[in-house]
Amino acid sequence: MDKVMSNKTVIALFVWPSLLLLVVLIYMPIVLTGYYGLMDWDGVGGMAFIGLANYKELLRDGLFWNSVKHSFLLAVFSTVSLLVYLLVALVLSARIRGANVFRKIYLIPMLLSSVAIAQLWLKIFHPTNGILNDALARLGVQDTPEWLSNPSIVLYAIFIPILWQYAGFYILIYYAALKNVPADLIEAARIDGAGPWRVAVSIRIPLIAEVIKVTVVLAIVGSLKYFDLIYVMTGGGPNGASEVMASYMYRKAFREYDFGYASAVGFCLLLICLIMTWLIRKATAAKDNVQYS
Amino acid sequence: MNGETILTQRAKPGVRRNKLPERMGYGLLYAVLTAVAVLQVLPLLWLLLFSLKNSQEVFQLAPFALPEKLRWENYEKVWTQGQISRYFMNSVWITAVAVAVTVALASLVTFAVTRMRWKLRSFTLGLFMVGLMIPVHSTLIPLFSLFTKLQLINHPLSLILSYIAFNLPITIMIMLGFYYSLPREVEEAAVMDGCSVYRLFASITLPMTSSVVTTAVIINMIYNWNEFIFVNTFISSDKYKTLTVGVQNFVGQYTTDWGAIGATLMISILPILLAFILLSNRIVEGIAAGSVKG
Repeated sequence: MDKVMSNKTVIALFVWPSLLLLVVLIYMPIVLTGYYGLMDWDGVGGMAFIGLANYKELLRDGLFWNSVKHSFLLAVFSTVSLLVYLLVALVLSARIRGANVFRKIYLIPMLLSSVAIAQLWLKIFHPTNGILNDALARLGVQDTPEWLSNPSIVLYAIFIPILWQYAGFYILIYYAALKNVPADLIEAARIDGAGPWRVAVSIRIPLIAEVIKVTVVLAIVGSLKYFDLIYVMTGGGPNGASEVMASYMYRKAFREYDFGYASAVGFCLLLICLIMTWLIRKATAAKDNVQYS
Repeated sequence: MNGETILTQRAKPGVRRNKLPERMGYGLLYAVLTAVAVLQVLPLLWLLLFSLKNSQEVFQLAPFALPEKLRWENYEKVWTQGQISRYFMNSVWITAVAVAVTVALASLVTFAVTRMRWKLRSFTLGLFMVGLMIPVHSTLIPLFSLFTKLQLINHPLSLILSYIAFNLPITIMIMLGFYYSLPREVEEAAVMDGCSVYRLFASITLPMTSSVVTTAVIINMIYNWNEFIFVNTFISSDKYKTLTVGVQNFVGQYTTDWGAIGATLMISILPILLAFILLSNRIVEGIAAGSVKG
């Protein structure tokens, strides 16, 4: 048995093709992004080594810091919205008939492409014909907002479809976790006279703390690399008001052909994502067994 | 799931509470859940409605009013006049090839990592799992220059290879738990009888994992079908564009024809909605199992 199951040729045949793809298409590019970040390069011509000049420029680049700020704002919004999702999941897990149907319906937006979602929401936000302003007008609001062309509200507006898209995903995760909380514990608390709120706050939520930590990591890191929806809906505009790190990198590379500088931005994005993952894990690592569902 | 049902049933006859407040409480809970469900579905219902109207009806009728006559010709128009049918077919075959290869490769890796014995297996698994944390955008510029050198820009292979590489980690993760839970006895018996590893994998293990394979196929299908940034970066000729980017360009040409835009968007999301109606249990399971991808 051991001999057959530790056959080196077989292992190589099974693992190497995948490993090759992983190394060539993910790990090698990561290293190269770091390398290109040290170059002055337009993507077509030759490269010139300029050391840390791109990074020095980044430090002084207001547009870059703006995009970092917007990315982190999205991360904060997303984390706060987890509370709403948790609340819905708590309701959903209250021995409700049809809970399964509800959680499936919630999930639908997450399955659709960000492009389709972005195009649909462009119409929803449409100043005159969109359903949002139509509803506001019916409610008697006179100055209906220009959701996507007003720099001071565009980022909040863009967060609405994000909230909509990921609701089902987080509710699903919380619901699955809450279902795993032993019923005896809850029943015991009830017999002791605890109401539903008390049970939720003192028993059910603490017991799914690990899952909540994982979702916080997901929400923050997911927000930091957010791209598709913003690229399609506003392209980072108006005037950079909705630019995030990934969209700024894309603009620098494929609009302005500053590949070296864009690589530096891409490398910062990678570092920030890895550091945030590590920091959150570290800060919340009371127990080491992280569950993913 | 069965265990849960038993637990909740056992828990029911606990304390007797006042009936009326309890019913009102449940009514409130249902109201909350229904409100959320309506919010999730309403935009899509609106999309369906305006895809069946002409521009005049879109701008004059109330948003959720039905048109006098359902204008299916919007669908016919965008399907035949534009390139949508070509983008659609590109999405279909590129997704199919990438999904098939990804799931096959992931099955081999997961088998080697969980069932076979070798020194570097946990390190190898670690390499794949770290891949989950890497933002696609940070690899985009080097991939673009790599594919340019290999003359794969504007070639579907650049998409297929990227989809396989970037979906391998999540696919392996979905399969991992299932493989760990397979009993060793069956394999041991087969090996005793002189079965080779290849046959063991192909005719014993693989059939046993068919349910997790289905889940992995569906999740991969959804990711690849919806993928945008690679197509947008690597493909510029209409010949190989997939639906996400095709739709994006197409909508640009029809800025005021909402009916046509609606029909285009509906065509692009229909396969996923159909898969969802047929296979929602597997999709829910797969998303929960692969939830790291966010």
